[in-house]
Amino acid sequence: MTQPSAKPLGLIARLSRARPTKPGEIYGVPGQGKTIWLSLGSIAVFFCFWWLVTAMGWVKPLFVPSPFAIVDKFITIWNTGYTGTPFLEHVWISTLRVFGAFGLACIIGLPLGLAMGMSPVMSGIFDPPIEFYRPIPPLAYLPLMIIWFGIGETSKVLLIFLSVFAPVVLGARSGVKSAAIEQIHAAYSFGATRWQVMRHVIMPSALPEILTAMRIGIGFGWTTLVAAEMVAATKGLGYMVLSASQFLQTPVVIMGIFVIAIIAFAFDFVVRMVERRLVPWKGKM
Amino acid sequence: MGLSVEGVSVVYPAADRRPPVEALSNINLQIENDDFVVALGASGCGKSTLLNLIAGFLAPTSGSLELDGNTVSGPGSDRAVVFQKHALLPWLNVLDNVAFGLEIQGISKEKRYEIANKFIGLLGLDGFQDSPVYKLSGGMQQRVGIARALTCDPKLLLMDEPLGALDALTREKAQELILNIWNTTHKSVFFITHSVEEALFMGTKLIVMSPRPGRITNSFDLPFSRQFLAGTPARQVKASTEFIKLREDVLKIIFADEEAAA
Repeated sequence: MTQPSAKPLGLIARLSRARPTKPGEIYGVPGQGKTIWLSLGSIAVFFCFWWLVTAMGWVKPLFVPSPFAIVDKFITIWNTGYTGTPFLEHVWISTLRVFGAFGLACIIGLPLGLAMGMSPVMSGIFDPPIEFYRPIPPLAYLPLMIIWFGIGETSKVLLIFLSVFAPVVLGARSGVKSAAIEQIHAAYSFGATRWQVMRHVIMPSALPEILTAMRIGIGFGWTTLVAAEMVAATKGLGYMVLSASQFLQTPVVIMGIFVIAIIAFAFDFVVRMVERRLVPWKGKM
Repeated sequence: MGLSVEGVSVVYPAADRRPPVEALSNINLQIENDDFVVALGASGCGKSTLLNLIAGFLAPTSGSLELDGNTVSGPGSDRAVVFQKHALLPWLNVLDNVAFGLEIQGISKEKRYEIANKFIGLLGLDGFQDSPVYKLSGGMQQRVGIARALTCDPKLLLMDEPLGALDALTREKAQELILNIWNTTHKSVFFITHSVEEALFMGTKLIVMSPRPGRITNSFDLPFSRQFLAGTPARQVKASTEFIKLREDVLKIIFADEEAAA
């Protein structure tokens, strides 16, 4: 007699031991399975709960406005702007600040990171300052930025730049180590110069880590945006959120948060697509 | 001419409160043009150190290495290396991987593709020019590595356990392929392996190495690869009484080393 095989396991039993997989899956791979429907469901539940809380009047609209109030607010601001500036200009200014700082951080940080990975001299010189400022929250050195560089655009972009710079440098630096020593030896055995090894072996193999570092860096950039627009800004999404919060315009605050999240997510999505196109070999050899 | 290794020793300096290690002690080796020299030995016997010396990745502590009368003083395209694995460039397709050495030497695209295609054909990789290398089987990847090594027309091919990661069937096919290529291109070969049967079958000359300190303890001249190239089937060569007797003799030497170490 065989045991009845279809007996469903309880939650505890499923946690404690793995069942044989279906054909086509690999036994024991952690976190295996599709997540898209669960994710969509999770988002739907979140919005339903949000709507329910506001529709039933459990929380005052001042604290949590209904999802529809946010949409209404969005349409109003889209049509008439916020504090005299069109909505898209707020978006454009902030995007410019974040991506300007990001671009600058990549232009300076990637070569510096690669150089630090290649040369003990470079890493000896630049490691201390970067490791010193990296863990400091940008808000802590924001006053210094303002004292040194004024309340104009420079201090804002510089603050975002600094928050992006460290992860980009460190990513490029550790990417240098991803080339296998056999690949490097192969290039040298064909008579390659150090520069050729760098150009043909080390830089391409560092690319996956560089792209990851850029993704992390741009995330830090958006995180720092609100801090950068705290002082003497009259335009930008961070400014919009902060000034709205001072007037208890909660719908604008929440809307601003969603807009920042959507832009950041869209960019991350693009980078992941670029990653699939550019480094399809990632993790395969 | 060819490669001559004379009185070479390598001592790794003391580290972490361990005494200095003599990895190679007084190695003398002559690789003539057209030789296929196989190095065999227990792990830690210095086979790979010897290969790194010849490749120019490592400088000897004492002694000298000369290739055709010129002192070996660094890597160079007169010696090509085939590695066990991880040596192909996954961002390049098969064609560009094979042409990689030529690109390093600044050969024009047209010319290097022409040469690469010749060796792609020789290694039976025709039709895979555009394939990404990470999608190939282990055996095919190794053939790409061998084709790449041949493109720059080296005097000496250095092979560091090139077949070690292949399954038994693919491995035997690859052995025959390498012998046929050696026979058509007339390169000298220095070949490292862990497999006694592979060593006996492929080499014209076998050196058996022993550890602590790494040294050459025995050396044999082998007839078997020439028998295969003269038309005797590989299985028949490997089943001959001579082959089996020598295999047992060599195994005895290596097991004695392993036991001395245990």
